[in-house]
Amino acid sequence: MTSSLRFFTYASPPRFYALAGRLIPWLFGLAGLVGLVGLYVGFFVAPTDATQGQAYRIIFIHVPAAWMSMLLYLVMAGWAAVGWAFNARLASMVARALAPTGTLFTVLALWTGALWGKPTWGAWWVWDARLTSELILLFLYLGYIALVESIDDTRRADYAGALLALVGAVNVPVIYFSVRWWNTLHQGASISMSAAPTMAHTMLSAMLLMTVAFWAYAFAVVFMRTRAIILERERDADWVLALARQRAGAGE
Amino acid sequence: MNWNSWGEFWAMGGYGLYVWGSYGLCAVVFVLESLSARRRLKRALSQIHDAG
Repeated sequence: MTSSLRFFTYASPPRFYALAGRLIPWLFGLAGLVGLVGLYVGFFVAPTDATQGQAYRIIFIHVPAAWMSMLLYLVMAGWAAVGWAFNARLASMVARALAPTGTLFTVLALWTGALWGKPTWGAWWVWDARLTSELILLFLYLGYIALVESIDDTRRADYAGALLALVGAVNVPVIYFSVRWWNTLHQGASISMSAAPTMAHTMLSAMLLMTVAFWAYAFAVVFMRTRAIILERERDADWVLALARQRAGAGE
Repeated sequence: MNWNSWGEFWAMGGYGLYVWGSYGLCAVVFVLESLSARRRLKRALSQIHDAG
């Protein structure tokens, strides 16, 4: 009994609220620090690409943004499903907090892709499998947000959103494998588990550093939004009222 | 070192518009999203403050 209680400790909104509050400054700090190192390696250490010149340097944000857009969708669908299946309020709140950040990373992946496509392919956009499936991801995020915002009953909105998020999750493997399944203009995977990376290792390091920075940033901002959602939903809970009194006492 | 001068750095071998357009929007998005999340948290806090 006690061990299962401990396991679910951070599933309780007040515990999560306090823990996230402590972690947010560290996550922002980590994102800033690793991001600066990544930019330094990306612009000053990594060599110029033999075929693409300097335009290739967009890769250091394009690939991490695209990875985050897919990862955050799966995490969002996962928490939405947990919130639905186990009636876990906090899981549903985290799912909702993830959606805007995932949307923005999708926009960034598409935007940086367009700005990279123009000088290298000669087109801002092509209706190719990789680009189209990433655009569908953007519509799935927007659809999820529109759906949950349009239903007044909070929990019903959470459940409806979970269903949409889960059905839409099939799109993520489609994006990932699109470059292998279809003949596309987009280049293949930059990193593969089974083969040696095809790029210089300083380029790879810059890309991985930027991925860590994006990841830390995403956690920080999602935690911040989750804290806001917790307060909005648990306005009448005793612990929130106690928090308000404490803040009033501290003169904030 | 890839660049001989700042001018060369900003020019990005002629791809400056594309490279800085990409990095620029990223920076703008991260700043605005952080501020908006912070504002939402502050608003939620001030509302319980009023109620409590």
